Amino acid sequence: MKYYILTIISAVFVNNIVLSRFLGICPFLGVSNKTSSALGMSGGVLFVMTLSTTVTFLVNQYILLPLGLGFLQTVMYILIIAALVQIVEIVLKKVSPALYQALGVYLPLITTNCTILGVALLVIQDGLGLSQSIVYAVANALGFAFALLLFSGIRERMELSDIPQELRGVPIALITAGLLSMAFMGFAGMVK
Amino acid sequence: MSHLANFSKGLLKENPLLVLVLGTCPSLAITSSAVNGLGMGLAATFVLICSNGVISCIKDLIPDKVRIPCYITVIAAFVSIVDLLMAATLPDLHKTLGIFIPLIVVNCIILGRAEAFAARNSLLPSLLDGAGMGLGFTLALSVMGFIREFLGNGAVFGHKFIPGDGILIFILAPGAFICLGFLIALANILNRASAGKGRA
Repeated sequence: MKYYILTIISAVFVNNIVLSRFLGICPFLGVSNKTSSALGMSGGVLFVMTLSTTVTFLVNQYILLPLGLGFLQTVMYILIIAALVQIVEIVLKKVSPALYQALGVYLPLITTNCTILGVALLVIQDGLGLSQSIVYAVANALGFAFALLLFSGIRERMELSDIPQELRGVPIALITAGLLSMAFMGFAGMVK
Repeated sequence: MSHLANFSKGLLKENPLLVLVLGTCPSLAITSSAVNGLGMGLAATFVLICSNGVISCIKDLIPDKVRIPCYITVIAAFVSIVDLLMAATLPDLHKTLGIFIPLIVVNCIILGRAEAFAARNSLLPSLLDGAGMGLGFTLALSVMGFIREFLGNGAVFGHKFIPGDGILIFILAPGAFICLGFLIALANILNRASAGKGRA
């Protein structure tokens, strides 16, 4: 139990997937304009990341490794993720139109969100077991959501401030992210 | 002339990282030194040229509805080739770049060029577009690696010029964000200046 709690704290605060591992920067900059879209994206990522990490872990363990097809990992993973996103989209549309309304636009974007493939590859690299992998995926999705929500709050306020013309848009967002990441460095050393 | 334009637009005017703001994840993560930036850039360039070439050849065979999965499969195949090649020939660099080599698959630049350019143009312009975009990406990564390594460590390509510690923050995560922010602002200024000159 202690291991799982530490994993979550580590992924959310100490080794935040966006601010210290630099995965998922595109959605981090792209959908952080409004808190509502940040929330939708985070929900989608949490859902897909947990599912895809579980499936890719099982495929790797029971299909690729026994057959000696480790070199197909990258190709396999990205296809699984793309297929899963499609399936989730179709199922969600039928089962829960309300949720589909909320997450729908973000789902296709998630295929090329590098956090998903990144986490799927990281759990293999770190040699985690199945339950550890699932917790790791959930923890990282929470970390992503946390960074995204914080950042969208800051950006909503930034709309109103007077920024030099050359820095408007992406540059000031990146500089702000840098400062946010600096704040997160305060957590360094808390776990491990 | 237009061939030249296909090639050169990637360098500054449509630089994938600094103007289109694509492929930000690897560029933030691995530019802590100029060598890493160069290596990552060249790996991405290789994938970009090959995938652009293949996709422009097979674009008429792929049904429109499944084109994205097809593109991703082509890209993933070339990424695996680069991954294995680098592991065999440049083990140190491969280890430093680590997970970001397989992640070239989801680098938006590659899929973006496949969708926006290679799927609509013939082989030669696609190859040139891939090469130009790739080199523009490499250039941006190397410049960023150079700045971060110089400010953070007082070194260039691993050779130390200034003794002592440097501004450590530039090697760490926050420096990456801030450095990229200012580089994009600089590219904005340069592009605006050249656009102004063109009109006058």
